[in-house]
Amino acid sequence: MLRFTVRRLGIGLITIWVISVLTFVIIQLPPGDFVSTYVQRLQRTGGVNAETAERLRVAYGLDQPLFVQYVKWMDQVVHGDYGMSFDWNKPVGEVIGERLPLTLVLSVAATIFITVVALPIGILSAVRRYSYADHFFTFMGTIGLAVPEFLLALVLLYVSARYLGTNVGGLFSPDYQDAAWSGGKVLDLLKHLLLPAFILAVGGTAEVIRVMRANLLDELRKPYVVTARAKGLPERRLVAKYPVRVALNPFASSLGNYIPRIVSGAVIVSLVLNLPTVGPLLVSSLVSQDMFLAGTIILLLGVMTVLLTLVSDIVLMLLDPRIRYRD
Amino acid sequence: MTDEITVDHPVHDHPPVGDDDAVAPVHGHGDPAAAPPETPSVAVATQRRLMWWRFRKHHLAVFSGIVVILFYLVVIFADFLAYADPYATDAERSLIPPQPIRCCEAWHPYVYPVTGSRDPVTFERVYQVDTSQKIPVSFFVHGYDYKLFGVFHTDIHLFGVEGSDDALSILGTDPLGRDVYSRLLLATRTSLTIGLVGVALGLVFGVIMGGISGFFGGWVDTWIQRVIEVLNSIPTIPLWLGIAAAIPKTWSVTQVFFAFSIIISFIAWTDLARVVRGRILQVRREDFIVAAELAGSRPRRIIFVHMVPLFTSHIIAATTLAFPAMIIFETALSFLGLGLRPPAISWGVMLQQAQNVEALVLSPWLMVPVIPVIVVILAFNFLGDGLRDAADPYD
Repeated sequence: MLRFTVRRLGIGLITIWVISVLTFVIIQLPPGDFVSTYVQRLQRTGGVNAETAERLRVAYGLDQPLFVQYVKWMDQVVHGDYGMSFDWNKPVGEVIGERLPLTLVLSVAATIFITVVALPIGILSAVRRYSYADHFFTFMGTIGLAVPEFLLALVLLYVSARYLGTNVGGLFSPDYQDAAWSGGKVLDLLKHLLLPAFILAVGGTAEVIRVMRANLLDELRKPYVVTARAKGLPERRLVAKYPVRVALNPFASSLGNYIPRIVSGAVIVSLVLNLPTVGPLLVSSLVSQDMFLAGTIILLLGVMTVLLTLVSDIVLMLLDPRIRYRD
Repeated sequence: MTDEITVDHPVHDHPPVGDDDAVAPVHGHGDPAAAPPETPSVAVATQRRLMWWRFRKHHLAVFSGIVVILFYLVVIFADFLAYADPYATDAERSLIPPQPIRCCEAWHPYVYPVTGSRDPVTFERVYQVDTSQKIPVSFFVHGYDYKLFGVFHTDIHLFGVEGSDDALSILGTDPLGRDVYSRLLLATRTSLTIGLVGVALGLVFGVIMGGISGFFGGWVDTWIQRVIEVLNSIPTIPLWLGIAAAIPKTWSVTQVFFAFSIIISFIAWTDLARVVRGRILQVRREDFIVAAELAGSRPRRIIFVHMVPLFTSHIIAATTLAFPAMIIFETALSFLGLGLRPPAISWGVMLQQAQNVEALVLSPWLMVPVIPVIVVILAFNFLGDGLRDAADPYD
């Protein structure tokens, strides 16, 4: 159990490190360093002489080798200083503000959605194999896997705007937009979360149903199931108590593997549905090459994914005694 | 070809032949009495032929294969099938709703002319259909100039209105007055070509990495597998968005196209590498490989003569299944304005115009690229599943 946790933690840390290096590369990719970008922007409003620019460069350590710059940047990030956003002329941390927790809430909502929907359907599909329900869900699953989230969002946006005429998109009603957090606001948020969570969950649900169905089918064929049935155990208890619990392992691990895709999808779905997550911010900052903002968002999304995956791994461990008692 | 098709039924009643039959021509595995002497092709069916027979049983996969072929015919003949210059803008023809082609006046399909005016109150462009006139639509008309196969100059188009470029708008026009149908065909060309190039690059990379990983094993294998594991646990879209955003704005359409293909190929390689590695590990300890080794074959001969034929079909199936991800990715990034950029036309670039609710409600026909995206993804998925099942005799 300890070994499993340590191993997962190790992989998580390595992943975060890789993401941080990639993010640093992305920040460095656009031509010119950020002081030249900064100076360029200042020049539009007023003059900046070369001396000031040079002073800024030294102040930010841009005259030093890339490796030193990376370590310095990481040091700042670890201490919660993400640099300045040029677009907003504010510290990056302030710009991101509430958007990151909302991204997290959306991703978690989608994950919960997948679990709640896919688990019973997967079991049903396996137990009642080749029934109408099974065929129906298999068919829907194929479609669900094939339709990219943002296109689904686009189509649903059109349908609801055309036929329901409601104000879709956004995460809050106008009444609660700027209100302080309260019970009413949380309820309002939950109501608005349903559609985006559904959109983000469709692909994952389809995939997890497939995994659950296949594994449970394998399990149902095993001799211990036949024995239990022969001994007269009620079918419902028999299925729920043994094969389902064995099949939960691949279920949970495929769910965990899907988390990066939920976070990915959330970026683009948020843009279509106009949700106040970090997604639209990331796209606009990349278009205007506001690299510290963009880099920070990429890094934080990566860290968030790693943490979510870690949580799902720990859940997996709690579910499966074979992992718990391995050593 | 025809004589092979007529004799399929005796074969798949037999259990599939073993792996060792795949490396060399098969020497009569089945009971010779079961096969009539006049159809010797049954007894010597190669692994490839067995796969074709298995594949043919998946009707959905065969149908999907045909759909994919049709899509690539559109890729080849996009300009021929279009009827209006996809780049020609015309403010007078902005956002015309789709106009159906009607049938038939004196054996000719026809369309009604559309006249546009500006609403004096809302300043929107409104269009009236003039049902008193009929404009005949004919086949093989002269339209805008293009190069067939990129070589032959011509101006023949499959259908259109002779002498008029803008009488037709079967899928409507976009805000700049460009014809959506013609643009959709050109977009199909771009999106499917970029998928092809991306998959090809990813395939090369995946086979090399998977091959190294599987064949050499040990710490090399461990490292490559860790790298794949880490790459798979990173949310891809934000990361690749960041890389794609660094493509200089000054680059030409072709340069962006190739830079972009390379970026999307990085997504494909991990899965392909896993398939190749898995297959190599599976066959490494097989008797016939050991026999080949004992007989003194060099590693290169073992890999290319004895191993590769075993999993080319698996690679083909995995490659097919890698296409949808490429296509979704290109569409998504272009849709966000960080992929291909106008004047390039792709499905994602076209969908950019449908990004806000107002545009969706007022001119829903701008959403039409959604349909080919979904159809082609489904087709590639079904085709890939069918190929995978056909390639694996033990499923």
